[in-house]
Amino acid sequence: MPKRILDAGVIAREKLAEGIFGLLLEAEPIAAEAAAGQFVSLYSAQADRLLPRPISLCGIDRERGTIRLVYRVAGAGTKEFSELLPGEKVRVMGPLGNGFPLKGSRPVLIGGGIGIPPMLELAKAFGGRAAAVLGYRSERFLETEFECVSRVYTATEDGSFGTRGTVLDAIRQEKVSGDVLYACGPLPMLRAVKEYAIRENLPCYVSMEERMACGIGACLACVCRTTETDAHSNVRNRRICKDGPVFEAREVEL
Amino acid sequence: MNTEVTIAGVTLKNPVMTASGTFGSGEEYSAFYDLGCLGAVVTKGVALTPWEGNPTPRIAETHSGMMNAIGLQNPGIELFCSRDIPFLKRFDTKIIVNVCGKSLEEYVEVVRRLAGEPVDLLEINISCPNVKVGGIAFGQDPKAAEAVTRAVKDAARQPVIMKLSPNVTDIAEMARAVEAGGADAISLINTLTGMKIDIDRQCFALANRTGGVSGPAIKPIAVRMVYQAAHAVSVPVIGMGGITCASDALEFILAGASAVSIGTANFFNPYAAPETIEGIRSYMEQKGVSDIRELIGAVRDRA
Ligand SMILES: Cc1cc2nc3c(=O)[nH]c(=O)nc-3n(C[C@H](O)[C@H](O)[C@H](O)COP(=O)(O)OP(=O)(O)OC[C@H]3O[C@@H](n4cnc5c(N)ncnc54)[C@H](O)[C@@H]3O)c2cc1C
Ligand SMILES: Cc1cc2nc3c(=O)[nH]c(=O)nc-3n(C[C@H](O)[C@H](O)[C@H](O)COP(=O)(O)O)c2cc1C
Ligand code: FES
Repeated sequence: MPKRILDAGVIAREKLAEGIFGLLLEAEPIAAEAAAGQFVSLYSAQADRLLPRPISLCGIDRERGTIRLVYRVAGAGTKEFSELLPGEKVRVMGPLGNGFPLKGSRPVLIGGGIGIPPMLELAKAFGGRAAAVLGYRSERFLETEFECVSRVYTATEDGSFGTRGTVLDAIRQEKVSGDVLYACGPLPMLRAVKEYAIRENLPCYVSMEERMACGIGACLACVCRTTETDAHSNVRNRRICKDGPVFEAREVEL
Repeated sequence: MNTEVTIAGVTLKNPVMTASGTFGSGEEYSAFYDLGCLGAVVTKGVALTPWEGNPTPRIAETHSGMMNAIGLQNPGIELFCSRDIPFLKRFDTKIIVNVCGKSLEEYVEVVRRLAGEPVDLLEINISCPNVKVGGIAFGQDPKAAEAVTRAVKDAARQPVIMKLSPNVTDIAEMARAVEAGGADAISLINTLTGMKIDIDRQCFALANRTGGVSGPAIKPIAVRMVYQAAHAVSVPVIGMGGITCASDALEFILAGASAVSIGTANFFNPYAAPETIEGIRSYMEQKGVSDIRELIGAVRDRA
């Protein structure tokens, strides 16, 4: 399949919480092929910022030909994107990587912080079957949208809403159970979820992050350690951009 | 209009190739365009056995450039020969295999293993700044560089390009050393060793602490070094370092490069190589140049 890089029109920009923004982009060819868990590379309009900013797909609308991205302002690139206005263009490549495999009848979707957005499209893909466990520091975002497509359990670090503590505290306190786990969020959270999955003997898919240069598997910048020798690399490394970003938790070292 | 150039007896349909390590073995970029438009594909460095490379983070962005310390992760020569070479054979382009090693013996073994393979040229990387042994150790000492060149040349069936490091005080001396060792061509520049520090966390940006700087930021240095190397030797020179478009490529050609490689630019513009080829053609048309060879080394002093 030919790969796509295009100048996508900005349809809307939204502010969801302090430092958290959403972008709705017109990108019909990307929307047509994309699946939950895949990501796009966003390119800066600034000629001196060369590398792509990988951002997960938070929403895919095939009928309207749009994609939605939700991201945290983490540095100069994401700041630039947060200032884009409707009608302006941004260069996007995608869809990239492999999405979440849809498994099980009672999936539990676990998102922590800026790992929450990709879980929304996954919850939609499960058509109401999923339970979503969302972990925030304090201020919540996207939560009401999850409520339309899944059962929602919330944890906040400061205890301002839901369970005080982590997503795993919420799972225990609310006795959330399921037959498969999906997780995206900070590394300590992924480690804890993996440990929990092993203990409960549940399949578990995690979405990983690493610095990227090509975004398509050519440069070997974005590898993660694997438990077994990988067929492509012939060493215990896999490319997050091409072989991931979603991996079975037991296949990777976290 | 002629855009063909000849490197060590191998004729390329145009002077534009990809830079080692930025293009894998072509598979990923073949999803964007037909690799048959390229003068050559230069593959990621390959060693005798699989190498795991460095821990992450392996890259960092810098102003108009980037730093990398991939550490020459590669699947080893056996898998490379059974998978990557047959893949590239499907395209009407020349195949240049980039070779790395931790010892003189390892370079020689890899080159021997490639003797029977349908490969057009070998590029020997004696300039990788990101591995602890081998690599750049050979590329910073003229005697060592000459010795590796000679050993590789003795073992090689294909013509040999020696890839030079810019991390030296006298590039002309290095160029002459590998020419004396029997190099059929030279290529430069590999990346410049750099360092980036994350002041928030007060730590190195890369796990390897240092990394090789590439991209537009290094272009003026690369053009200067290509010019100096081209004047020091009589074998053909392949120029690279920060090329993003035809005008960048033409600077290198005018400085004395017979061919050019596109590296980091692939990352932000997957079409950088075919666009460069097109751009060179339009430049030739505009300037009434019928043969690209008229442009090689044609730079002159300001009138
Ligand atoms: C597969 C994947 C999906 C992602 N999805 C989302 C998402 O949906 N929402 C969101 O807010 N963030 C997401 N991220 C993280 C996002 O890519 C970074 O926050 C962003 O690149 C920061 O760019 P910057 O210019 O603002 O920051 P800077 O720190 O100025 O960036 C400098 C360089 O480092 C890279 N970089 C910095 N942080 C990261 C990081 N965490 N991961 C990868 N590269 C980084 C940048 O791409 C850039 O090349 C994702 C990362 C990956 C790998
Ligand atoms: C991610 C990355 C990996 C590289 N790997 C190799 C390699 O395996 N062997 C090699 O000889 N050069 C390698 N290089 C160096 C490039 O081939 C090239 O010499 C250098 O990047 C300068 O060109 P550029 O500015 O166009 O990228 C690598 C460069 C980058 C950015
Ligand atoms: S970013 Fe280049 S291989 Fe993943």
